[in-house]
Amino acid sequence: MKALVDRLLGPVTLVALAVTVWLGLWVTPPDVHQGNLARLVYVHPALAWVALYLSFGTATIASALYLWPRTRSEVLDRVAHCAMEVSVVFIALTLITGSIWGRPTWGVWWAWDARLTSTAVLGLLALGYLALRRATDDAHVRARRGAVYVLLAAINVPIVHFSVLWWKTLHQNATVFTADRHLLIHGIMAWTLLVSFVAFSLAFAWLLRARYRLEASRGAVADAVVERALDERRREGVV
Amino acid sequence: MIRTALLVAGKDLRVEARSRVLLWQVVPFGVMALLLSGLALGPQRAGRSDAAPGLFYLVVVLVALLMINRSQGIERAPGTRASIATLGLDPAGIYLGKVLALAVELWLSAVVLLAGAVLFLHTALHGTLLALPSVIETLAALAAAGTLYGALSAGAATATLLPLVALPAFAPLLIAGERSFVAALHGGALWEWWVIVTVALVAYLGVGILLYGVLEDS
Repeated sequence: MKALVDRLLGPVTLVALAVTVWLGLWVTPPDVHQGNLARLVYVHPALAWVALYLSFGTATIASALYLWPRTRSEVLDRVAHCAMEVSVVFIALTLITGSIWGRPTWGVWWAWDARLTSTAVLGLLALGYLALRRATDDAHVRARRGAVYVLLAAINVPIVHFSVLWWKTLHQNATVFTADRHLLIHGIMAWTLLVSFVAFSLAFAWLLRARYRLEASRGAVADAVVERALDERRREGVV
Repeated sequence: MIRTALLVAGKDLRVEARSRVLLWQVVPFGVMALLLSGLALGPQRAGRSDAAPGLFYLVVVLVALLMINRSQGIERAPGTRASIATLGLDPAGIYLGKVLALAVELWLSAVVLLAGAVLFLHTALHGTLLALPSVIETLAALAAAGTLYGALSAGAATATLLPLVALPAFAPLLIAGERSFVAALHGGALWEWWVIVTVALVAYLGVGILLYGVLEDS
C-alpha cells in the first residue's frame, strides 16, 4: 500500500495540477468585473490553504506530539521540519500571486494591509524556524527548540485567518464562503476551485513525502559516517 | 512557583543594578536611537506626534533585544545552569521571574524613552500619560515573549538569531501597542488593541509556564 502511494502520488498530483490549469485557463469564463485576472482565484486561495493550514497545521500537530513524552520520536521532528520548509515555499508563492493580483486591482504590488502584513510575518516566522534549526548541531536540542518555536509561531495562524474580519483593511473577506457558510462561487468556477484545492493539497503531500525521504536519507548517511568512524577507532585500538 | 519567580527576578534585577549596564549603556543607546529617528524624519516631520508612537516602539524593541540578550547572558555564566539544576527550582517559576525582571527593566527604560518622545518628538504630555497603561501592558507582553525567544535562541549565535526569531513574533504586539498609543494621543478605540495585547500576554505566559522547562532541559 505504502509503495503504491509512493508510486502514484507524484503522477496523480501532476494530473490534478494539469486539470486545474486546463479548467482555470480554458474551461471557466472570465469574470464580469475582473476579466481574466479573476483566474488567479484558482491558484491563490489554494496556495494560501496549503501555506497556512496544511503546512502549519501538520508542523504544529507533529511538534505538539513530539513534546508529549509518550509520542516523542525523531519521525515527528522530521515531519515538522519538512512541513515548515514546504510552508516557506507556499507562503512565498501566496504572497507573490497575491501581489500579481494586487498590482492591477489595487494599483500597488504591496499594501500595508492586515492580511498581507500578517502573512508576511508568518513567512518570517517560518524562516526563523529554519534559521533556529541550523543554529545547533545537537539533534535533541534542535528538535525540542524547534517544536516549542512552531507552537509559538502557530499563534499567528488564527491572526492571519481572522485579520480580514478584525481589521477590515484592503484585502477582501473570505473568497469561497461568507461568514454564515454561504457559498460565494458557483457552477464550473466552484468546481475548478475545488479541484485546485485538491491539486495543491496533493502537491503538499508529495513535496512533504519527498522532503521527508531526503531528510531520512541524510540522517542515515550521518549515522553511517559516525558508525564508520567508530569502527575505525575500534580497529586502531585492536591493532 | 511565585516564590521562585520572585527569587529569580530579584537575582536578575540585583545583577542589573550592580552592573549598571541598563543605566549607562542600554538607556543612553535608546535615547540616542530616538534622537536619530527624529533626525531621520527631518526637523519638520520630527515634531509631528503622529510618527512618535511608532518611533517609540521601534526604539523600545531595539532596547528589548539588548535586554533579552543580557537576561539570557546571565544564565549562560559558568556554573549558573548547574546551580539552578542543583537547587531543583521550578522552571515555570524561573520563567516568570525572568519575565518580571525583564518587564521591570523595560518599564524603567520606557519612562526615559517616553520623556524623550515628549521632548524630542513633541508628543502631547496628557496623551502620553493616557498611553502609559497600554505601554506597561505591551512591554509586559514583550517581556513574556522575549524571555521565551531568548531561551529558544540561546547558544553561540544568540546575537544574530534572536532578532530573526523574535521580531516577527513581536510585530503584532508592536502594532497593537503603537495603535493604542495613537488612540491615546488622538482619540479612538483603545480597548480593541488592549484586548489583543492582553490575549498575547496571557498566551505567552501560558506557553512559557508550560514549556520553559523543555527549553531549560535543552
